[in-house]
Amino acid sequence: MTGSFLSRNPSVLIFIAVLALFTLLATVFSEAFGAGLISTSFIKTLGKTLCLCLVAIAMDLVWGYAGILSLGHMAFFGLGGYMIGMWLMYERTRGIVTSSMANADIPPTPQEVTDAIGNQIFGVVGSSDFPAIWAFSASLPLQLALVVLVPGLLALVFGWLAFRSRVTGVYLSILTQAMTLALALYLFQNDSGLRGNNGLSGLQNLPGLDAVSQDVVSVWFLWASALALGLGYMLCAWVVSGKFGSVIRGIRDDEARVRFLGYSVESYKLFIFVLTAVIAGIAGALYYPQAGIINPAEIAPIASIYLAVWVAIGGRGRLYGAVIGAAFVSLVSTWFTSGQVPSVNLGVYTVDWVDWWQVVLGLSFVLVTLFAPKGIGGLFDLISGRLAPNRHGKDLGPDAGSLREQEAEQ
Amino acid sequence: MSTLLEVSGVSVSFDGFKAINNLSFQIGPAEMRAIIGPNGAGKTTFMDIVTGKTRPDEGRVLWGDKSVSLLKMSEAQIAQAGVGRKFQRPTVFEDQSVFDNLLLALKKDRGPFAVLAYRQSARDAEKVAELAAEIGLSDQLSRKSGELSHGQKQWLEIGMLLAQDPQLLLVDEPAAGMTLEEREHTTTILVEAAKTRAVVVVEHDMEFVRRLNCKVTVLHEGAVLAEGSLDHVTKNQDVIDVYLGR
Repeated sequence: MTGSFLSRNPSVLIFIAVLALFTLLATVFSEAFGAGLISTSFIKTLGKTLCLCLVAIAMDLVWGYAGILSLGHMAFFGLGGYMIGMWLMYERTRGIVTSSMANADIPPTPQEVTDAIGNQIFGVVGSSDFPAIWAFSASLPLQLALVVLVPGLLALVFGWLAFRSRVTGVYLSILTQAMTLALALYLFQNDSGLRGNNGLSGLQNLPGLDAVSQDVVSVWFLWASALALGLGYMLCAWVVSGKFGSVIRGIRDDEARVRFLGYSVESYKLFIFVLTAVIAGIAGALYYPQAGIINPAEIAPIASIYLAVWVAIGGRGRLYGAVIGAAFVSLVSTWFTSGQVPSVNLGVYTVDWVDWWQVVLGLSFVLVTLFAPKGIGGLFDLISGRLAPNRHGKDLGPDAGSLREQEAEQ
Repeated sequence: MSTLLEVSGVSVSFDGFKAINNLSFQIGPAEMRAIIGPNGAGKTTFMDIVTGKTRPDEGRVLWGDKSVSLLKMSEAQIAQAGVGRKFQRPTVFEDQSVFDNLLLALKKDRGPFAVLAYRQSARDAEKVAELAAEIGLSDQLSRKSGELSHGQKQWLEIGMLLAQDPQLLLVDEPAAGMTLEEREHTTTILVEAAKTRAVVVVEHDMEFVRRLNCKVTVLHEGAVLAEGSLDHVTKNQDVIDVYLGR
């Protein structure tokens, strides 16, 4: 337990190196900055995958480390996306509206401009007035603050109510599902103020940067996503490495024991819940400008269940496991559902992977849970186990005089 | 003698069943006390009430020189006030090393932000080493506590209680499932601890209680049946009836 944070956690350094290499390669092969071997749409897929990895880390922290199976974290992810989407949509529409009004004989009044923007954005839901929640949409700094504040506050209120009443286990999972479902149903309404089931669209266009092509923008977002993932990984690794990590793993394994040691279990759970909600919000704010559109279907209960499946397949209780699971499963999922996988003709029945992928995913989730509870990340234990057998506390050799582990390390 | 913990007139019932019935109990600052009684006598419920897990229907539980009521405090607050509790089956964090288990229990600021900012000092490592020596686990510090034997886990848990530096130790059946040798070691640890703080041991096993050589409280149907030395209470006709009459 001596030395710097990085020397005690070599996996962080390895992860950052791999992430940097990945980002460099993607940039070199991109259409904007290099050989053009990777299409812009695939760069966007890679950038989105990095955001999914970031939210998976948050899920691992709350589930794998603190033992809270939250099935509602994609709600925070979606809220982050909505918050940045409001600014993107407002600012871009304002640009279009002002340029089209510039040709009018009489210069438009500010009220006319606002009305025209409102008409453009909300015409689709039969309205033209700005709802109160759009009050800050003209300001980028304020909307960026909301990316963090809105998911954080929702998590704070929800978590405070749930943890204070000592709701745990499957009941808490059901509550979080109810939360994300309620939020999705609310947002589906046309008068929710966020354009109902149309959602927010055109988010891939950055206001004021019309001259910059999507080839370049996609790489910028890839960099931003990689940076966020790297920083998020370091933050989470730092949180779980010290005594705090010891406490939350204790809560996962035996909540009552931690409580009788004098730790306020509820405060710790709330801390982790809010922290991970904020991370999820940031991940969402980076994801949706790359996806271009966000609608309430994105925060349907199934999305959060997928998140748990990624983390389970990747291996919970280790941060890189969550990253591997999210990247692997979401990329394979994209491949299967895009129709690129040839169908298998069985004579009597043709297996179309677009439909059958769900079955494959569900089956692999069950198989991983039953036979490889450590997930894909467990493979790393296998490798390190081959290199250096785990013989903690035992003599290193067969006779009584051989060194013990601690002596050998000195 | 001043009292550290005073329980008076406490009653609690679960679905009409009176688990504790007008129980009164006192213990001084540096005293060893054994609580015995047949199954269902309310021994564990008594501990639940003192540690804040169960709220009594009526009665008072007063703590320390200032006679603070424990009834309004949460489990964590009671633990911070100086009441340590050991569960019946050994509960240690099996996924973590013996060292981390003890470090977790060391008396420090328990708030999330303070813990996040916590940096392990040489002084703390020393304290952990001292504790490990006290419970006889010095050689096992780097092992995962899940690998320990049943007896070693029990000692580790007692060590975690001592690390909290509590004024009152509540120990539920510490000798259950132990070999004779292990029992002797456990007795030594507890007797040593009782020199500086109050220790309440709940136990079934009369032999073990005899070895503790302390005042005994007999519980029956949620109330105190007899109190005194072990020889005194075993001669008591009521106690004989309760233990042998079943």
